[in-house]
Amino acid sequence: MDRTWNNKAWFMVLPVLLLVAFSAVIPLMTVVNYSVQDTFGNNVFFWAGSEWFEEILHSDRFWEAMGRNLVFSAVILVIEIPLGIFIALNMPKKGWGVPVCLVLMALPLLIPWNVVGTIWQVFGRVDIGLLGYSLRSLGFDYNYVNDPFDAWVTVIVMDVWHWTSLVVLLCYAGLVSIPDAYYQAAKIDGASRWAIFRYIQLPKMNRVLLIAVLLRFMDSFMIYTEPFVVTGGGPGNTTTFLSIDLVKLAIGEFNLGEAAAMSIVYFLIIMLLSWVFYTVMTAYDAER
Amino acid sequence: MARLEETTADGRTMMRQTPATAEAQTANATLARKMRRRGEESRLWWLVPTIYIIFLMLPIYWLVNMSFKTNQEILGAFSLWPRNPTIANYMVIFTDPSWYKGYINSIIYVVMNTVISVAVALPAAYAFSRYRFLGDKHLFFWLLTNRMAPPAVFALPFFQLYSAFGLIDTHIAVALAHCLFNVPLAVWILEGFMSGVPKEIDETAYIDGYSFPRFFLRIFMPLIASGVGVACFFCFMFSWVELLIARTLTTTAAKPIAAIMTRTVSASGLDWGVLAAAGVLTILPGALVIWFVRNYIAKGFALGRV
Repeated sequence: MDRTWNNKAWFMVLPVLLLVAFSAVIPLMTVVNYSVQDTFGNNVFFWAGSEWFEEILHSDRFWEAMGRNLVFSAVILVIEIPLGIFIALNMPKKGWGVPVCLVLMALPLLIPWNVVGTIWQVFGRVDIGLLGYSLRSLGFDYNYVNDPFDAWVTVIVMDVWHWTSLVVLLCYAGLVSIPDAYYQAAKIDGASRWAIFRYIQLPKMNRVLLIAVLLRFMDSFMIYTEPFVVTGGGPGNTTTFLSIDLVKLAIGEFNLGEAAAMSIVYFLIIMLLSWVFYTVMTAYDAER
Repeated sequence: MARLEETTADGRTMMRQTPATAEAQTANATLARKMRRRGEESRLWWLVPTIYIIFLMLPIYWLVNMSFKTNQEILGAFSLWPRNPTIANYMVIFTDPSWYKGYINSIIYVVMNTVISVAVALPAAYAFSRYRFLGDKHLFFWLLTNRMAPPAVFALPFFQLYSAFGLIDTHIAVALAHCLFNVPLAVWILEGFMSGVPKEIDETAYIDGYSFPRFFLRIFMPLIASGVGVACFFCFMFSWVELLIARTLTTTAAKPIAAIMTRTVSASGLDWGVLAAAGVLTILPGALVIWFVRNYIAKGFALGRV
């Protein structure tokens, strides 16, 4: 749509600008403040320059948490995106099944995140949880509290449980927008199931898939509550992701300078990724 | 895509050339049936969503199951359904103010946040969808980055900011803090819906002598009503599920139910039954909201703006 040039439109954006400035810019300035200062207590601060940044960029702890988080995000994407597409392709197209599927599938998305954690913490317990108890009865040596591998599996399965529906709903929305004529044409041509998927459904889902990948990447990159409730970052540090580490540093150890420097590095990474996403999206929209 | 266009065109020409005799029609039907068997999905397609939904429901079923058991039964014997169903766990929650107040607190700040977010987002989304102005693209991108901001980064600064204003432990503090990610989201969703309304409608209304506020409320709002519904739904959802910030900003008076739950787990010797009952009760509002907006969910997602 061609839009007219009108700088007075700023007045309409002003409320949003003020509100978001209040809740984003001011807190960020506090973080910047802490990241370049040091203190010996008593609220006396002095200039520390880039010390905190150097410390954080040279700390193994930060890079390990980053590595764990990247592996986690990668695993999540590899499982959730194909699974989400597969389920969306097999969703009912009309009739009473549609609202039932949509409502039941959207349910995990609306459960408070720490309740998701609690549900899985209970579900996976070997003494009272269905999953843990069943696995034990089947002879698996499953224990997410002590075993790093089991903890990882639990956290990943939990995330799949929690978020695959988002991918399903996005893909489903993309699929229902394909006109019937396309399928009829394919049928007459005798196209195989794979050809229909590859040449009709996948191109139509491009945009929503891009969004699904990005949202899942971002949200798994800043995941905090669910693994924190289930494993508390343990056993040891094996499920300590970036956000968990950051909160530990800031609130647990009250190491404000380092936490602030870490926040900024963390936020810059997110910002860079958002920018790439935004550019790709706008380029894609312009193409069409 | 080029290949697809060809096939569509071929399909149409073929249809047109088919003579309308009964024989040809039967032949066509047989052909179509054969094609369907080869190309379309198998008859077992329903298994996939069914298995997936069972996978989704299992942990929830277990939670519901536990909520109807006594603590002794939960810890004592492993059973797939409660032997002696009891609603004692739910009674604990409904009679103890420290429990049920949590629900009221959560709902208060979630509703406040939804109203604030959508109210400020409406004019902004209109501006983004109708006008170009200095720095519009940068502003839009900057808003977007806030949707992607990790709450962990903001927890501590928020605490200090709201302490400075004396707003700690109030509902409005949490509602304002959640605006950080909900306002950009609402702007994004509403902008999508508004861009779908042709600009000619605005121009005609102005020529007819409508003032901007009257036009906006009388003509424009009804046109984007479903968009407002979708935006409200997502604001509600993200404010309802967020806990890190909500917990940081509250101590007692505005404490959300989800935070009360975690505190009880760690402190009072693990009363699993009550914990499960509280969990079940946090799922219900979400389920209710989804049921009301079920027909709009797919549409909201179709815009790809969540």
